[in-house]
Amino acid sequence: MKQSLFSKEGQTESGPAGLLQDLSRELRACIQCGTCTGSCPNAAAMDMTPRQLWRCVLTNRIEAVFFSRTFSLCSSCYCCTLRCPRELPLTEIMARLKQISLFYGLHKEKRSDLFYHCFLDSVRRHGRIRESEFMMIFFWQMKNPWLPVQYSSLGWQLMKRGKIHLTLPVRGERILEPLFQAVERIEGGK
Amino acid sequence: MNYFYYPGCSLEGTAQEYDASTRALFAALGADLTEVEGWTCCGAGAAESVSRLLALALPARNLALIEKTGSDADLLVPCSACYLNLKKAAETVRSGSDTARKINEALSVENLSVSGKTRVRHLLDVLIRDIGPEVIHGHTVYPLSRLRVAPYYGCQCLRPYAAFDDPERPCSMSVLLTAAGARILDWRMGGICCGASQTQTKPENGIRLTAAILREAREADAIVTVCPMCQMNLAAFQAAASRMDPLVRPVPVLFLPQVLGIAMGIDASLLRLNANLSVTREFTEKLMADRVPVAYSPLRVGVNKSFPP
Repeated sequence: MKQSLFSKEGQTESGPAGLLQDLSRELRACIQCGTCTGSCPNAAAMDMTPRQLWRCVLTNRIEAVFFSRTFSLCSSCYCCTLRCPRELPLTEIMARLKQISLFYGLHKEKRSDLFYHCFLDSVRRHGRIRESEFMMIFFWQMKNPWLPVQYSSLGWQLMKRGKIHLTLPVRGERILEPLFQAVERIEGGK
Repeated sequence: MNYFYYPGCSLEGTAQEYDASTRALFAALGADLTEVEGWTCCGAGAAESVSRLLALALPARNLALIEKTGSDADLLVPCSACYLNLKKAAETVRSGSDTARKINEALSVENLSVSGKTRVRHLLDVLIRDIGPEVIHGHTVYPLSRLRVAPYYGCQCLRPYAAFDDPERPCSMSVLLTAAGARILDWRMGGICCGASQTQTKPENGIRLTAAILREAREADAIVTVCPMCQMNLAAFQAAASRMDPLVRPVPVLFLPQVLGIAMGIDASLLRLNANLSVTREFTEKLMADRVPVAYSPLRVGVNKSFPP
């Protein structure tokens, strides 16, 4: 097992189990009222409702949490966070579950994972996102020949309006490289 | 009035018209925008899915660049995702928590530091609270009386920080658009999620959400928004949405500064209406032909009805 990027002082267990315990401490005040589920625009597409997910985190059911697609379907609209009667940072906890799952490779959301990875890779190289280069690398890494075809009409519309340009990926000036490295060092707990 | 200006990556690419129209609008209103020198990406929605510290350090770097100038002007941000990331970073740093210390530790590799003193303001916040509907009304030379618009706020300028509007029933855009003479579609979808990046990563769910908004906007002449990602989703996936829901009709999706700019008589080339994916030539021609100078228009702020020409 890789060393935890999320290690903290006073943590009893390391790895996803320990991180889940941290989250369950933050969720302690949850009264299972279901306001989060009722507010969630993505609840219909989830295999487990947000309320059920919090129950699984609270009862430490690690497999149930990470086998579920629920947290990967959070679109960060913050409705649940706004409405939670216990004022719990629910959207933030969804994001933490995404981070844990991605870091330990617990759940395969290949398309989302690659999307974020390619996005941040472009940011790391150029300081700002280059949309066309990022999408081209994303298509390449998805290795799905149909994907570029699905986007060809949109791409053409954007190119016609001078919003994107076909460019070959380049190394970039890497002005954010020191910051990315510092974050990796600090989160690695070294 | 002086503001620091953080355009964000989208406004350099797929939302160029948002950048152009924002600059043109604030120039016409007599407010100075100073672009943050050497700004970098705020991490968008991607960084928070990967690392908590990265998602805070990326926007904090931009706040540090502003603090280095020594100026205490507010920061104006048109993109809702950039706004939330920058505001969250400022709030976290101000809290003085352990995370705040880690953010500064990460920034120290570039000899930067951040205290969180800069006030991060969304474009809509500045328009409604600093500029105000009276000023917009005063600058309106072509009231948009024949245009019925659906104000679409999206999520992240409203939530989780209720900084300038009611996050459940937002109304700031209605007030500004009414001041510019437009009629407002009465709908409930203004603050409902458009699917965000799920239109790319989980299209079956993302486009379902986009379709629900487009369906409710079917009686509007245009959707007006303040978020580049919402604008892209609502404009680019109309065909896919109409395959999912037959009630979806093609509709132009404009940025708020473009619409206010039209009413204020700003040159159409500065507002870059032709750059919007969903704006047809017929729409632009009708919009320009329908313009009635204010001298002949019985415009009343707060009264939402069209008038006989």
